[in-house]
Amino acid sequence: MASVSIIPSGDYKTSYGSDTTIFPTRTSRNFAILGVILLLACPAFMDRYWLSLLIQIGYLGIAALGLNILVGFTGQISIGHSAFFGFGAFASAWASNSLGVPVALAIPLAGVMTTLVGLLFGMPAARLKGLYLAIATLAAQYILQDFFARADWFTGGTAGTIAEPLTIFGFAFDTDERFFYVALVALVVMYILATNLMRTRDGRALVAVRDHYLSAEIMGINLTKYRTMSFGISAFYAGIGGALYAHYLQFVSVEGFTILFSIQFLGMIIIGGLGSIMGTLMGTAFMVFLPEAMQALTKLVSGTALDTALNLKDNIAFLREMSIGLVIILFLVFEPDGLAHRWKQIKAYWKLYPFSH
Amino acid sequence: MTLLFQLLVNGLIVGALYGVVAMSFVLIYKASRIVNFAQGEFLLIGAWTCWWLLTSWQLPFWIGFPITLAFMLAFGVILQIVVLRPMIGEPIISVIMVTIGLSIVFQAAMKWMFGVFAKPFPPIFASPTMNLFGLEVQTVYVMSLVISILIMAGFGWFFKYSRVGLAMRATAFDQQVAQSLGISVRHMFAMSWAISAMVSAVAGVTVGVVNGVSSALSFFGIKVFPAVILGGLDSVIGAVVGGLIVGVLENMAHYLDSQWLNWGNMYEIAPFYVLIAILMIKPYGLFGTKDIERV
Repeated sequence: MASVSIIPSGDYKTSYGSDTTIFPTRTSRNFAILGVILLLACPAFMDRYWLSLLIQIGYLGIAALGLNILVGFTGQISIGHSAFFGFGAFASAWASNSLGVPVALAIPLAGVMTTLVGLLFGMPAARLKGLYLAIATLAAQYILQDFFARADWFTGGTAGTIAEPLTIFGFAFDTDERFFYVALVALVVMYILATNLMRTRDGRALVAVRDHYLSAEIMGINLTKYRTMSFGISAFYAGIGGALYAHYLQFVSVEGFTILFSIQFLGMIIIGGLGSIMGTLMGTAFMVFLPEAMQALTKLVSGTALDTALNLKDNIAFLREMSIGLVIILFLVFEPDGLAHRWKQIKAYWKLYPFSH
Repeated sequence: MTLLFQLLVNGLIVGALYGVVAMSFVLIYKASRIVNFAQGEFLLIGAWTCWWLLTSWQLPFWIGFPITLAFMLAFGVILQIVVLRPMIGEPIISVIMVTIGLSIVFQAAMKWMFGVFAKPFPPIFASPTMNLFGLEVQTVYVMSLVISILIMAGFGWFFKYSRVGLAMRATAFDQQVAQSLGISVRHMFAMSWAISAMVSAVAGVTVGVVNGVSSALSFFGIKVFPAVILGGLDSVIGAVVGGLIVGVLENMAHYLDSQWLNWGNMYEIAPFYVLIAILMIKPYGLFGTKDIERV
């Protein structure tokens, strides 16, 4: 976790208000707005494939942010995030198919339903911490996965379920170009919500629970409440991400939400930086582009001796799987604070450019 | 009724294997406070190595098996030194994630090298079944039970009488005190990983001989969690008891399911329901040390 307590020189803030703004400086705010505007223009010149990758970053980034609130900000470990993501996907599809809820309402409804499930499995979180909680969420992962395979009325069983495309006032977001805007808006809204959460008392309480739970309790923070709450928030984000996923692909199958997917979520936040909101997005982008990079790498060496020796073409799936594990290990050993920390260092370097010492 | 009895026997046999794997899991946890999510992959690697020696090199079992054990010994030590040693003192999430990362890497690597389909071991025994107390039992099952009991007895002896075992218990009890008594804590850590990898490999080979070798073996590493939580995370006896209970329990759940409930898949899932229940009621398990905190 990044050491944010050290105040850099040249920090002239005189009020708490200016210390807790969403963006530290005006320039960074303008850059963020510029980035969003540039993204808005993306569908005009990007092809389908790249757009689909960006949409993936959108819905996975939302779910990963939920996990980061739980793991990075509250210090609780969850190895069952993909099950909640999957629950959100099925809940939204089920609400719009069986209950006839319009999709635009089904997505937040799915978020709320997933929150309830998250709270149910988060009940042990009130009593447990660290490792025991990790094992409890592992059990949750398998129990929910089993539930998906069994509950035909909810998930369509092994056949999977079809999800309607998102339609607002008769305008259907059913192509990549259109859905891109949905994902972007959802991403921006959810990230601003999370940033704001971290500026409130509740957000600071979560961080206090992470940093030293005994001290936090002495200071009057209700541990049970905040641990459970963090679990609920995390499940909510997972549910929203899952619902977006369902209505983007318009089909949800029961097979996708495995423990490997959960580990991928954990990988995203570790690579991005635990306890960093922008880092979550960087980590997600890294995880989404990693298989593409592997693909490109395989293409690069195809035909050479290395390719024939390892039979890369048939084994690309294993190569991708392996790269996920390797990247997680390498980041933990060499850059445990993640990409967010690296980014800060790069910024600091250029800020002080000719006199870096 | 015979079906029930058969399932009970099956449960005990599988449970004994769970107990063995759980024991090696607890060994690592006790010595170095690392939760090893890659325990199942130790079984997998051991089984594949032995299979490879027996089929590709046509070695007889009594040569191939010791080579496998030697390999796993070296593997455990190297793994500890290269990957886990830099993680000492890191927060618990990092350590857990490293072992999870390792498990993914190993699993993918094994699939890459040996394929995704289950492959049978070459037959080791002359007669596939034998008569035991009027019950027709597969020889490999008897073998697996005997091996499990042998390993457990070996563990008992090792920790009670051998010098290294005592040093290891001292390390688990208090690292600083152990160090001041002249015990090399680093060696103990490496040793615990080596023994754990070796014992898991024995279990892996046993399961491989019974069911054939496939990546399904690594699921043993997940099934270990209900067993160790039930028995208490830091208790070797608890691991054995927990393993036996989980083994019997999943077979009973299977029986219940096939007779009345017809939900399907209870065999796999029942231990996880039990796991959640135990964590709610008695998180430190049957034999585990209570971690008392006061504010």
